Amino acid sequence: MKLDILHALNAERAARRAVVIVTDVASGEQRLVKAADMARDPLKETVEKRLRMAKSGMEETAQGRVFLTVHVPSPQLVITGAVHISQTLAPVGQLLGYDVTIVDPRTAFASIERFPDVKVIAEWPDVALPPLNVDHYTAFVALTHDPKIDDPALKHALARDCFYIGALGSKKTHAKRVARLKEAGLSDADIARIHAPIGLPIGAVSPAEIAVAIMGEITQRLRMKSEKAEAA
Amino acid sequence: MALATVVETWGSAPRPVGSNLVIDNDGNFLGSVSGGCVEGAVVTEAMDVIDSGKPKMLEFGVADEAAWNVGLSCGGTIRVYVEKVT
Repeated sequence: MKLDILHALNAERAARRAVVIVTDVASGEQRLVKAADMARDPLKETVEKRLRMAKSGMEETAQGRVFLTVHVPSPQLVITGAVHISQTLAPVGQLLGYDVTIVDPRTAFASIERFPDVKVIAEWPDVALPPLNVDHYTAFVALTHDPKIDDPALKHALARDCFYIGALGSKKTHAKRVARLKEAGLSDADIARIHAPIGLPIGAVSPAEIAVAIMGEITQRLRMKSEKAEAA
Repeated sequence: MALATVVETWGSAPRPVGSNLVIDNDGNFLGSVSGGCVEGAVVTEAMDVIDSGKPKMLEFGVADEAAWNVGLSCGGTIRVYVEKVT
């Protein structure tokens, strides 16, 4: 791999943009295809298919065998609530490879002492979320229990098509949340995308166990086809 | 520096297609192309690739008695593409 390709690849990854590297495995010839330039690529259909599947692989083409390395943005985890659960959820998320950001306008919660190694933004969601590029490669978790903070963030996460959206709260709390979101004009289909009660049912009690239940459910959403995940 | 990439797998393979191992000129490495079964062999081959500058395609299959240290104990086959970073 040429260094200029490597630098371009790193720049695209840092900007959370998808990119594919096409390698002719016989000659070693290589090129980088940015998502934005895909339509002009000679192997456009193959590259597009691989990108959709987010899966690297070998392809037979008229020009010979090529290997396509697919780089989709690394998953990010955005949390509202610098609460006790977040203190474990954030490091577990980081261990699993997520870029983690916590949003909480309450400065008593969102302090560096409580979260020494995590990006914490002490702002309201309407200020904090837009610059984070919340996208389909993002898992969003609402943990504050405060509708003033969680509800606008949930709306943002739904609008940005996060691959996972979860909200803390009992069935009763969630029923109230559903009523508020309906009142605000959200569709039933949108609301049904919110995982609540949050996390896999593993009988989690402590904040750390709840964090594991949440990351388990996020991993399931990321890795399993939805029908399979529903059946599990 | 060399970059090794799992490009094809058959049967049970420890790491999926697209997995990387990076090897420097001194043989230090980061990442994985298997569960630790064939990394040693890939690092050795990577030294050749760094010297020659020519990419190589390596194949590793089921372990046998004679070559147990460069086989996959899980019973699959993998193909690993090794290229120099220039």
